[in-house]
This record gives sequence, C-alpha cells and structure tokens, in this order.
Amino acid sequence: MGEFKVHRVRFFDYMPSAIRAMALNRFTERLALVRADGALEIFCFADNYFQEKVIPGQEGRAVEALCWVGQRLFSAGLNGEITEYDLENLRPLYTVEAYGGPIWTISSNSQGTLLAVGCEDGTVKIFEVLEGRIQFQRNLDRQKGRIISLSWHPSGAQIAAGMMDMIRIFDAETGHATHRLLVERGVGASKSKEVVVWSIVFLSDHTIISGDSAGKVQIWDGFTGTLVRTHLVTKWDVLALSVSHDESSLVAGTSEGTVTQFQFLSPNVGQQEKEWVRTRTFKNHSHDVRALAHTDIAVVSGGMDTQLVVRPLLDKVEKNTRESAQRKIAFPHRNLVCCAKKAGLLLFQFPDHLEVWRIGESDGQGKPGDSLPVKRNPEKLVQLKIKGKDHICCSALSPCGGWLAYSTVSSVRLYRLQCDSLSITKISRLPKELCWAHQLCFSSDSSKLFASVSNSSVIVAALNQLECKYLHTLKPKSGSRQPVHLLQASEDGKWLAAANTDCEVHVYDLSKLKLHCTVPVYSSCPTALAINPTTSNLVVVHADQQIFEYSLRQKEYTEWSRKLQKQGLHFLWLERDTPITNVTFNPKNSAHIILHDTFMFCIIDQSLPLPESKTVLFNQMTLRSLPEAERKQHSHAFKISKNYQHLLCVNLLEDHSLVVVERPLLEIMSQLPAPVRQKKFAT
Amino acid sequence: MVEHGEIRVVHRGGSKINFRQPVITNDSRFLLCASGQCVKVFSTSTEECIHDLRGHTDLVTGVLLKPSNHLQVYSCSVDGTVKLWDFTDGILIKTYVIGYPIYSIRASAKHEGVFFVVIPKKGDKRSEFFQLVAIHTSLSGDQIVEVQELSDVLGDVSSDPAAIHFGKGGEYIASVKGLQLEVYFFRKNKAFRFYLKESDKKGGKNTFTCVSCHPKEDCIATGHEDGKIRLWRNFNHSKEYTYSTLHWHHNAVSSLCFTPEGTNLLSGGIESVLVQWRYDQESQRDFLPRLGAAITHIAVSPDGALFCTSHSDNKITIIQSCVKVSAVIQGLVKGDSVRTDLLVDPRSKSLVLNGKPGHLQFYSLQRDKLLYNLDIVQQEYIHESGLQQFEVVKAAFDASGSWLATVEERKQKVTELELNLKLWAFDEQTQSFVLNTTISAPHEDRITAMCFCHTTDSETSMVVSTSRDGHFKAWQLATPANSEDEGPSWSCDFVGAYHSLVPECCCFSADGSLLAVSFQEVVTVWSPASWELLTTLSQPPGAIRNLCFGRLSCSKYLLGTTANNLLCCWNLLTCSLEWSTSMDVSLLLADPLSENMSAFCCQAGNTDLFVFKPSEPRPLFSHKAICSGKVTRAVFAPREEMLESCDENSQWLNRSQLYFLTQYMDLMTFTTKAEEDHLMASSKQHEIDDSVAMTPFYLLLGKHRQQENQEKPSSLSAERTPVPQGSVAIKELLQTPAHVLPSTSFLCSMVVQSLLISVKDSREENKQAEEEMESEKEEEDSEEEMESSILKPTQPESAGAEAAESAVPALTKAQHRDLRRLKKLDHSWLSGLLDP
Repeated sequence: MGEFKVHRVRFFDYMPSAIRAMALNRFTERLALVRADGALEIFCFADNYFQEKVIPGQEGRAVEALCWVGQRLFSAGLNGEITEYDLENLRPLYTVEAYGGPIWTISSNSQGTLLAVGCEDGTVKIFEVLEGRIQFQRNLDRQKGRIISLSWHPSGAQIAAGMMDMIRIFDAETGHATHRLLVERGVGASKSKEVVVWSIVFLSDHTIISGDSAGKVQIWDGFTGTLVRTHLVTKWDVLALSVSHDESSLVAGTSEGTVTQFQFLSPNVGQQEKEWVRTRTFKNHSHDVRALAHTDIAVVSGGMDTQLVVRPLLDKVEKNTRESAQRKIAFPHRNLVCCAKKAGLLLFQFPDHLEVWRIGESDGQGKPGDSLPVKRNPEKLVQLKIKGKDHICCSALSPCGGWLAYSTVSSVRLYRLQCDSLSITKISRLPKELCWAHQLCFSSDSSKLFASVSNSSVIVAALNQLECKYLHTLKPKSGSRQPVHLLQASEDGKWLAAANTDCEVHVYDLSKLKLHCTVPVYSSCPTALAINPTTSNLVVVHADQQIFEYSLRQKEYTEWSRKLQKQGLHFLWLERDTPITNVTFNPKNSAHIILHDTFMFCIIDQSLPLPESKTVLFNQMTLRSLPEAERKQHSHAFKISKNYQHLLCVNLLEDHSLVVVERPLLEIMSQLPAPVRQKKFAT
Repeated sequence: MVEHGEIRVVHRGGSKINFRQPVITNDSRFLLCASGQCVKVFSTSTEECIHDLRGHTDLVTGVLLKPSNHLQVYSCSVDGTVKLWDFTDGILIKTYVIGYPIYSIRASAKHEGVFFVVIPKKGDKRSEFFQLVAIHTSLSGDQIVEVQELSDVLGDVSSDPAAIHFGKGGEYIASVKGLQLEVYFFRKNKAFRFYLKESDKKGGKNTFTCVSCHPKEDCIATGHEDGKIRLWRNFNHSKEYTYSTLHWHHNAVSSLCFTPEGTNLLSGGIESVLVQWRYDQESQRDFLPRLGAAITHIAVSPDGALFCTSHSDNKITIIQSCVKVSAVIQGLVKGDSVRTDLLVDPRSKSLVLNGKPGHLQFYSLQRDKLLYNLDIVQQEYIHESGLQQFEVVKAAFDASGSWLATVEERKQKVTELELNLKLWAFDEQTQSFVLNTTISAPHEDRITAMCFCHTTDSETSMVVSTSRDGHFKAWQLATPANSEDEGPSWSCDFVGAYHSLVPECCCFSADGSLLAVSFQEVVTVWSPASWELLTTLSQPPGAIRNLCFGRLSCSKYLLGTTANNLLCCWNLLTCSLEWSTSMDVSLLLADPLSENMSAFCCQAGNTDLFVFKPSEPRPLFSHKAICSGKVTRAVFAPREEMLESCDENSQWLNRSQLYFLTQYMDLMTFTTKAEEDHLMASSKQHEIDDSVAMTPFYLLLGKHRQQENQEKPSSLSAERTPVPQGSVAIKELLQTPAHVLPSTSFLCSMVVQSLLISVKDSREENKQAEEEMESEKEEEDSEEEMESSILKPTQPESAGAEAAESAVPALTKAQHRDLRRLKKLDHSWLSGLLDP
C-alpha cells in the first residue's frame, strides 16, 4: 500500500444542523430537506441517495415546512414568508409575505394548483400557483388559535387543519369549517397544557390521522368527525406523520427518537375489512424525529440529531440488496475541506465563517503504526466571518496558499492571504461577471480562478498580485441548465473538468480555453473527479460507486477502465453506502489513485490485478501477517484502510504526507442538546 | 444376591406438577395437570387433589381437553400411548398406541377425529429432531387401538409444547423453533416460514421461546429470549408479513396465552409477574406481581374466568380475573439440587428439605402435600438469573423436634463467604419455629457437617458444626446470667481441632456420650461432657466420607466409609476395626428406630442398596440398580403405624420407610407388596364412594339415598338393608363409558325399575314394622310413599305425606285404586324377576 506520514486532523469542528422538515417528490424521486440554519438539500433517491444539490441557508430564515408542486419547491417559515427556490441556480427565486404572522405549515393540493399555508393568526391562506409566481387567493374561515398542520384531501375538496386542542375540517370550495374534532389532552400534569396537533394526514377514504403533543396517534372518521381509534405511542410528542402513497402504511415520529409504523391490515386473512394496526417501531435517532417521509420501499426520517436515516421496509424490498441496507447520512456528500497542497494549509468551510489552519509538523521517525511526536502544533491562522446574512455556498484555497475565495448566493469574495506575515487583504475589484458561483477552484499554479455559474458555464479569471481579471467563459455544448457541482483543474494546468447534476462531465482545454471533450454520459451522478497529471486520464467516480477512467488524449475510456467494467467491481465495494468524495493521485507513482468515502480510504494500484468476486476485498490486515513472498499473490488493486473513520477529507500533500480530516460522530453527538428524558430499564 | 420381587422402588409423591401446561375444564371446576406418570385432577375451589388418572407407564407429557367432548381428556406420554379419559369419574376410555415417545399433543375443534402429536423423527427414537404428525382416530369401540397411520404435518418442530399452537378456528398451525416461525395452512396445504436474525443490534437474543395464536383474528404472538413479544400479522404472505413488538419482560418470555375472547394477552417469565396486555391497545397492561416464583406456563379456562399459572417452584396458582389469587396448589419444591440433607421433622413426621430459595419446606409424605415453608434467610429474593443469593445449605433437628439449626451461605465472586448459623426454637403456641439465635460467621470457611446431640434425657442441648477452616465447634444453649427478660440463647462451648486437618463428618452416638469427628483419614472420638479426646481410629488409606454410629443393640459400633471404597466398622469397646468390606458407598444411613443401616453403593452408573445390621455378616436386604446415577440424599421416615410383616426381606421396612432422591430429583421409596395391596384396596373403596360426580343421575340417586336414610333413622347402620338391587344397574350406568351405553330409552326404564324396587322394599319393611295396621291404611301409606319417591326430584323438601298429597290433588278415587292395583301387580312381577 505504501507508507505515508499521516496528519490526523481532528480540529475541524464541523457541526451539521438539525433537520427541520422534508418533502418527497414521488415523480422525480427527490427528497428536499431543510435544516435549522435554513440550508436546503436535495437528495436523489433514484441515484443511490446522492445529495445532489445544496442551497445554503440564511441567517434568520427559520423554515418550518416544505412542499413540492410538480418540479417546483416551496418553503414557508416562521418569518411569515413563502419562498420558492430556483433549483437550477441553487438560490431562492422569490419570497412572498403571507401577512398572517409566522407560518407553521404549507401544503399543496394533489392537482398542484393551490397552496395552503397555516398561520399563527388562525387563518388558512390559499395561494394560487401560477407560472413563475404565486398569488394570494383567499382566506378560509379564521379560527382562534394557530394552525399547526394542514392536509388536503386527495380530491382537493377538503382541508384538515391541526390546531391547538382540536382539528378543523374545511370545505375548500366554500372556505367554511365543516367539522370540529376535539383532541383530548394528556393525562396528569399535562392536563392543563394545550395539546398541539403537530401533524395531520387526510386519506382518500376520508380517514383523518393526527399526531399530537400528548403522544397519541388518533384515527378519525372524516365524514362524521368521530374518533375511531387512539394509539398511545409515546409519553412525549408525536411530531411527524407520513403516509405511503398507497395509504397502506403510516409512520409516526416521536420525541423519543422512535418511528412507529402503522399498517392498514385486515384482522382476518382473506377479508376485506381493514383497520390501522400498530406494527413496527424503529429507533434510529437519539433525539426528536422532526421530519418523515414514506417512500415506496423505505421510511426516511430526520430530526434533531442531524442524521438522515433511510430505513428500508423489509417487506417491500428484496433481501440482501442495495435497497435493503439501512443508510445513515451524517455528512454532506461534498467537500467542506480544501487543502493547499504546497503550503500545507487547510481551509474549513462553515456555514457562516471560514477557518484556515496550518497543519502540525513532526521530524520524528518511527515504525509504521507509531504516532510521532509533534514538533509544531497545528495553528489556526485565519477565521473569516462572512458579511451579510447569506451563508457560504462554496469556498476554495489556492494550492500555494496565497488566495482564498468564497461565494454566497449573492456575492463572491476573493482574498489575498499571506501566511508568513499573517495578513489578509480583500480584492475589492472583481470582474462583474463573477457575481456568484456554484463552485470555485484555483489552478495548480494559483494563476487562475475558475468559478462555475449558471447554465453549467465556467468563468475563468486571471489572478496576479492584487488583481483579478476576467478572461473567458467556458460553455458546454449540451446547453444544460443544471448547476456544476464538481470543478477540478489538473495539476499540470492543461485541463479543467466540470461535472453537473445532469451527470455530464465536460473537460476544457485551458491552453485553448475551449471545450475539449464531453465524457460519455453515465446514468449516475459523478461524486468526485480528478485528472491524473502524468497520464492526462480523467478518473470519475459516480454515486453508484462505479469508477471510470477516461483518457483525455485519446478521448476514450482507458484499457484499465474497460477491464474494470468488464470484470465488474467487487460486491463489497458496491455495497458501501457513502459516496467517494475526493480523488487524488500519488505524484510518485502515477498508477496510484487515492480516494476516500466517510468510512475508509483506498489506494487503487492500477498495476495490480483487479479483485475477483471471491477474493477478500479488505485484505490489508491479512497481507500484513503474510511473509513478503506470499503477499504478491494475495494483493489486488484495491488497497483499503479503515484505520480512519468519519473522514471528511483525505489528501496528499506535496511532501508526500497524507492529511486525514476526521470528524468523529460521537463528538457531534456530544454537542447536541440533551434528549427528552426516558426511563431506561434498570436505571 | 436375590432380587426381591415383592419390594419395589416406586415414585411416592412430590412429582412435578409444573411440567406441562395445566388444563382447566369447561365448567372451571377442575384443573388437570400432568404429574409424573399420572394426571392429577384438582378442584379449582378447594385446591384438593380429587383423583389421579393412572395408567401411563412413563412420564406424562401432555394433557388436552377433547375438543368435541368437554368431559373427556387426552393425555400423552413418553411411553408411546395417548389415552382418553373421562376425568370426572377417572375412567380410562381408550388407549391409542403410537409406538413412539410422544412429547406433546394438540387438537382443534375443526379437525374432528384427529389429534396431533409431536414424536421424534421416524425410525429414530433418540433423534434430536421432532416432527408433528396427525393421527386419525377411528370409531372402533376397542379399548386399545393400535395406530398405524401417521401423516406428517410439520417436519422440524420443537419438542416443547409451548412452541406449537393452533390458529383461529384451526385453519392453520404455528410452530416456532430456534429462530424460525412456521405457519402451516391446512386448506391450502402451504407453509410460510419467517426467520429472525440471531440477535439485533443491541445484543438481544431473538430466539423464539413460545407461541400463541389469537382465537378470533389472524394474529400470532411469539415470545423471545430477550423478553420481547412479537405480534405477527399478514403472515399469509411470505414477504408482506409484519409484526409489532411489545417489551416489558427483561428475561425470556416463558409462556404466552390469549384469553378465549382474544381481548387480552397474558405473558409470564422469570420476573414472576403475570402481565396482561390489552389486545389492540398494547400500551395498556396490567400486572399481577409477586407470584412467588418464575412463571413456566399460563392457562386460561375456556370461559375466561380463571387464569392459572405454573411456577418453577412446583406450584400452580389459580387467579380469578387477573386480580385475585384464589387458590395455590403447591407440590414439593425441587430445585436443581438439595443442599440440605433430607430430614424428617420429629414432630410432624414431615420431610424437610430446601424449598423455595431461602426457605425450608415441610412436606407431608403421607398426604403428599406441602405443609408450610419456613423462611430461613428472611431476605427478599430477587428474581434475576446469575445473582448470588443466600442459600440454606445445612439443617438439623434435635431428637424431640424442638430445635432446628440451619446454616445459610452466600458466596459472591469478589467478596468473602458469608455464613450464618441460625437456631430456631419450636413455639407451641404458633406451632412453628421461631428464630432464637443468629450466629453470623460461625466459622471462617464452609461448614461441612452439623449434628445435634441426640440425648432425650439431658437438659443441655448441643449442636456441633465442622468446617473447612479446620475446626469443629460445639454450640450450647445457655441462659444468660444477668438478664431475666431474655430467654436462653446459644453460644459457643468448645472449639476443637486435630493436627490442623479438615473435619468432614461428625456424628453423635445414640446416647449422646460420644462424638465422632472425622479429620480426613482419622476418626477422632470425643467425650462431649469433658471435651476430652478419647481415642483416634484410623484405617488407612482414604479420607472418611460418611460416619455413623450404630443404634440400639449395635451401639458399640461406629461405621464409616472412605474415599477408597471401603466400608469400615469399628468396635468402640476394643477400639479396633471389627470388619471392613470393599464397596463404593455414596451414602451411609442409620435407621433411628432400629439397628438397621443402609448403604447406597454406586456401581457402573447405577445405585445398589444394601440394608444390614453392623453385627451381622449377611445383609438383610439388597436391591440391585434401584436407579441410575448416584444417590446422595436419603432418609428413613418413621411410619405412622407399624407394619406387621414377618417376611425377612421386608422386616426392615416395618418401622420406617426409606426415601431417597435420584440424580434427577425424583423422590422414590420402597414398598412391599402387602402395602401396595392395602393401598390399592383403600383407593378402590374411596373411589366407589367418591367417584360419583354431580350428574343428574347422581342427583336422582343421591336424593333417593337421602330419602332412605330419612325414612329409617331408627335402623342401625349395621342392620342397614343391603343396597337395593336396582342400584347395581345405576352403578353400572355411571361407571360405563358413555359411548358403550345403550340408548337412553332403555336406560330410562332401567332407572325407573330400580327406583320401583326400592320403594317396594321399604314398603315391605314398613309392613313388617306396622303389621297391626289396617289394610286400608297400609295401602294408603304405601301409595304415599310411592308418590313422594317419584316426586322427590322435583320437590326436594317434601318428605311428609301431606306435601305429597297436596301435590296430587287431581286424582280421583277410582284412579287411586287403579294405581294401587297396578303397583301391586308390578311389585310381584318385578320381585319375581329380580330376586334370585
């Protein structure tokens, strides 16, 4: 595998934000989720749960609810505004004030023509969805007390609204309330407290299911307005409900971190009558489950503990397939760490600030596996707080460590950094084309800045001492409107590769400043790419864990790549559930490709034979115990190390030492607020 | 040596009643449970055993009400037969010979004429694998039916009866084994199998322990080793099945049972709490805690009014509507081992041994009933596996039964041994033992033996304990000098040691003048009066295992066994070895009422018994292979009344009876032929008196008898007229199995006939008594008698003639006359027919 001096970095205090709400688009199989800091993330479930898009948050934007209308995504929050997002340019499109105080919930009818929002002042406001905008239509009968949750009947004729202590059913035509369902309060001390109907679901057979703060899931008859069943699920709150599309299964998320499933079953085999029966309980969270989505095959849950959990329903999937594995998505599927290879600096991206660290040094020598004494401790050089309300969407540090750039949805900022004298100067005059960027990237000699903007185009700007000059705009021929999420310049300065969420990878020739070629489009989204400086081969790793090597000179897949595709990857490699987020090369050995995901890093040695399906994939420990002569026979191309876990970045510095940035999940857990008190047996 | 045919080793009482799930009859009046080789019928209200259903020759492994006839019950046994009983009368109706050991039996109302049994895989009686087979019962009237046809239902099942259960209406059967649940649908002839992973993330064990099906809905409840209960639904799909999980038990769920309406689910486990889950509302549950010991089985009466739970301490608790324990049927409590010796309480003549944890139990051997438990440890017992708790390890009574000494110990891994010696005085007022003295840490190490000085005349009571710490201590009862309000208490009188060897056994001579203590290979003899070492006896080689003084005429002998398979007999007058013989004696025991000694020898995996007198060279009695394995606990229990057997072989059983425990904790004893015959006869007689159940026939007959008694109060019981001839017919009627009886119309006339005869008899008697009476009057009399006897069943209170007359006011004179004539005709004809 080779031996490296490893900088084991654990001083990146990355803290993800709690999940607040989610919305599933069944047609595009995309899940939108919003976090407490207002950041919006879009996961493509069809493509291996890959985090396709991220829209950074904004200070003070407290989103409470999300709603898809066709391909359009709306959110509403406690600031009283409804926002539609531009998913192509990854920014809010427009914001409409609802004038009803804080908005608790937003819901669209199944036809996608109307939006209903529930406001603090007790009104349900109906907005008409028009081309490119929404327009206020009318208020339904105003109620006393806030509207916490809303659900449309699939026919669109009725709306059920969860409130304090009751549920109201409105006729959507007339706007009058037709039923009032009183929800019982909790027993004991909570008797005096109002019960909050946190979530409500209106089924097509006019059954209404509600989850409330007394821990009950109640099933109501929507025709008569009577209570059918009460299931006491928890001592705390039932915060979220979600029903499967065929309305045969319902999940309820609670403050205890459990998700309880209810199924619509007939008590006697072969009979038609069915009833809602409480079945399974999943416990995958330590804190409140705030958001839930029920896909056809899985339950997706998220909450205060910041993790997105995809729990497959084993009765809906085949056993031992990729769908049947449970997934926990704890880290973003993109790089938050940028490494200046030459200067030995690390840039950490936080939502509202940036940190530049110089890594420690050691001159000790030791056996493999020893930890060396640190001569110089790592130190934080710069902490840069952003101006304005918008959070950072991308950032970059030049390889020489002299330039620092970041972008929000509204502006790009470029700084000149002098590490020796510890000075930072803002480059005030930027070309006007460079107003915001999806991705930023410096060329290896730090003379150019690349910024991807709308329509997958890339702006090239030249940097000299204290100046930034616009050079060219590189445009792909495909005319894709999707944003670029990966941008990588080659070490030798000849090539620039850009991948967008349409799964296209464009390679530009930097000397000619024009499109060199487009890699044949593969069905899965690229998660990492890099160009080998010695061979000019482009290595692309996709969300379904496939690896392709594309020769830029020949404009075709390389021999190795063909062999790999022909033989197929090892099944254990394909079963990994986190995407490869970074690819680098070993300058000393061009056949080595270094890549990593959250739980391992791997060096692919292209000179060694590929592993057969029967060979042991994770064989580094066994190899070590074998004598030198035998190692050759047993070694294969994939050399995998699991010594480091929860990796955010693995990169090779110029002095041939490896930087490994870890963020142990336990540290994230320890920073979370205390969960609700639960009686544990024998405590 | 000659095998003695007439002395047999028999099970006598104390068999397990918690082995299998008990059965409550439809009317909730009886509780049936498998107990050893018989089925016991208990009354649910009085807790008394009404009778035993005897007939199996091996362990009974299942009891099941016949679904089509609620007055009949199936029982199955390892002996390979299924027997059908009429449990109210205790009559064996049919025997089905299967030919394979049967481990459980199931039946369902839907499968008429079929029952299902679990047998080992065919062709291999010792197989580890079991299968469920269906057996079709033919309608033949034979008493014994050889079953030829076995049809397989399920291939691989567990032998535990709790692992198989019929589903709603008998449409399917659910079976669990290991990590697999199998549901077999009879109509579609299709089986679905569901697997669980060995353990979930938190390390809980998912192995199935029991299964129960909802009686009305398609829901299967399974219990698991980690205490979870899963409710399976939609199990007619191999993929879309689903289950919900209930979790309260912290250890394995040992039994599950739905109530007949399916509204509640009952579960139990080691926590000894009966949990009642509301079906459909599982977060609501009721508890019945403190049931005393781990629950092994739960049964519900068919009407749902009574629950009953079996417990690991051989107890059955009957619970009324999940709130009130209404009756407790307690058998002999048997743990895995008996730490104390078997003892006999000199007062109550009951057997005393370890019972519930921390208790001594007093078990009446004659009545086969637990008398009471004495709490020795007096600490709360915590129901958790793996927890070290105080255990009673030694107990001893003095000769009169007024003192009891107990030793309890607790050994935890980290801490030192905790020992307590407790002395209990018998309190005449409360008729139980009261703690007198507690000596904590009487020795520094385990106590190896303890015995009382068996003097009857001396005022001083003394108990001697020997310990591994190399000392033996004598404890004496002494009145404290200064304080008057305190009674006498026990204190240490003497500490003895011998060359720092470890004492193993101690024994007092019958008169209490000598104490023998064995120190490994050396036997030391002490005088308890002066605590002087009188002599040492040593017979190398081998450490002494048992020590026993001879009794009565043999009191000059001291017997001991050594680890080197020697039985030695020393003469204490000459202080020399009288004789020794080579045998591997595991237990040496002296009969307190005679000179006899018994020695249990372990040979080739079996235990032989020798009964001998120390003074005689020939053994009185020997019995080869009384049981397999080693016998380490035995006791001579004095008889209530002496036997008058003159046979040489059985003479040793005249005064006392020898009980012993086998390695499987079965309590066995020896009986003679005569004794058995006596027992049989008495039980037969008992049966005739008592076996008549409360049937309409009984009402009829009982009234009839009452009436007889009322009418002839003056006649002495000795002169009582023999039971009327007609009652033979009734007896026959009541004792014959229902299915062989002729038609009711025929029976009816028989009954009527029998009644008529009795009336005639009484009439004749009356005639004899009142011969001087007028003929007219006489006829009237007889007529009145007649009327009353016929009307009795409807008017139980009307004994007088007036009442009878008022009941038949409509009869005219002519009719009266006709009737009378008719009767007279009848009588003469019948008496001629029936009188032999």
